[in-house]
Amino acid sequence: MAQSAPFPQDRTCPYHPPTGYRPLSDHAPLNRVTLYDGSEAWLVTGHAEAQALLTDPRLSADRQNPDFPMTAPRFELSRHVQLALLGVDDPLHNKQRRMLIPTFGVKRVAAMRPRIQRVVDELLDAVVTKGPPVELVTAFALPVPSIVICELLGVPYADHDFFEGASRRILRSDTPEDAEAGRKELMDYLGELVDRKRRTVDAGTAPGAARTSEGPRESERPREAGAARDRAARDRAAQDRAVRDTPEGLLDELIRDRLADGSLDRDELVRVALILLVAGHETTANMISLGMFTLLEHPEQLAALRAEPELTPGAVEELLRFLSIADGLLRVATEDVEVAGQTIRVGEGVVLAASTINRDTAVYADADDLDVRRSARHHLAFGFGIHQCLGQNLARLELDIALRTLLARIPDLRLAVSAEELRMKPGDTIQGLVELPVTWGRP
Amino acid sequence: MRITIDTDVCIGAGQCVLTAPKVFTQDDDGFSELLAGWADRAGDPMLREAARACPVRAITLHEDE
Repeated sequence: MAQSAPFPQDRTCPYHPPTGYRPLSDHAPLNRVTLYDGSEAWLVTGHAEAQALLTDPRLSADRQNPDFPMTAPRFELSRHVQLALLGVDDPLHNKQRRMLIPTFGVKRVAAMRPRIQRVVDELLDAVVTKGPPVELVTAFALPVPSIVICELLGVPYADHDFFEGASRRILRSDTPEDAEAGRKELMDYLGELVDRKRRTVDAGTAPGAARTSEGPRESERPREAGAARDRAARDRAAQDRAVRDTPEGLLDELIRDRLADGSLDRDELVRVALILLVAGHETTANMISLGMFTLLEHPEQLAALRAEPELTPGAVEELLRFLSIADGLLRVATEDVEVAGQTIRVGEGVVLAASTINRDTAVYADADDLDVRRSARHHLAFGFGIHQCLGQNLARLELDIALRTLLARIPDLRLAVSAEELRMKPGDTIQGLVELPVTWGRP
Repeated sequence: MRITIDTDVCIGAGQCVLTAPKVFTQDDDGFSELLAGWADRAGDPMLREAARACPVRAITLHEDE
């Protein structure tokens, strides 16, 4: 029997699904595909089927299940290192998520608008001052969500080169070894950050009381003598001061409320922090740059948005649907599941192609057209079911402010290179542009 | 018409608020709740859309009550 179509495939156009998915979705809402390691899984491209499956408790997100489908070698590491939130099922998932819901609720996120607007304004001030041409990913699309997630979590933005680099290795590295090294460095960094925050929390609540740290790194540290020990203590004090100078955030709250009462341990907190930090900047950065590029490629849509900025929330929703940058939600069946006349057998992998699901013509008329005036409700760009994106309201707000302000500040923004020269991220990771060189003013 | 929201199931995604902001809000902890006086707006066509948009099916519309 002929081998089924491969998944994932690379996009040939940055804003359209890979052309190889279309024959599959035209054929049936569920098809067999072949993953990188030669194993087969079900690819879901129908909207109704995707919603039904993502709300079905017989499908598991547990990446430690040996049958869990992996879409690239680098993701194999999550088989032996538990991913918080998106890689666990209820009840553990529910416990982790419920700790975070208040922070990402609609009201708390809406209250961040003035601060995010200032971040966006200051970055665009710098862009305008520098003058064209500008590489928009580095100058704008990445720092906006990166600064915002740092402030939300209480992570020093001064460390952004490090954690952005580590995130890139986790999400895009060619080898599992390098992805694992990136993950470990980020875990160690966040672990030390948590320990320092705990020391300052302890110092704050019990002034003068010299508490010994319980962190494993300290207990493993070889006994140092004399001057070296003094120097180490001074370094640590300086780092503790740097942490104290970073305004408190969600991590400080979790340390105070959850570590203290034992409902969360240090290791789990660090794993939650890693997911929030990586997911909090990488996805939104891609949406800002790819979203802006997509608008530039659709001048009549861009003109409508410029003329009527109140269309922006709808345009953001439409760009989320149209671009579906997290393409390939993964599950494994823990029981037989019947859907669309097919039986997904226990142990079979399920891959949900958000890009193609969000072009289902049963839900969206002229689904392949970008239309900022359409109501793009019910898209699966943030997923569906219990794992639907925790940060979705924050992402919407960041995208609204970033795109609205960028269009207002630099109305004649345009590509500095031809669209064909832009490099895209490969199909096996979060979709987006590697760089977006733009210019404005007189040619 | 009666609306029930299963707050044990709610994940605070906010889809209901986004879709039908005249009917749904979130409490201070980020969980869905009905706005005061929502019953006056029970004819809002977006109400049904909001229930459909809930990713965890936490909203039930009891049409005949």
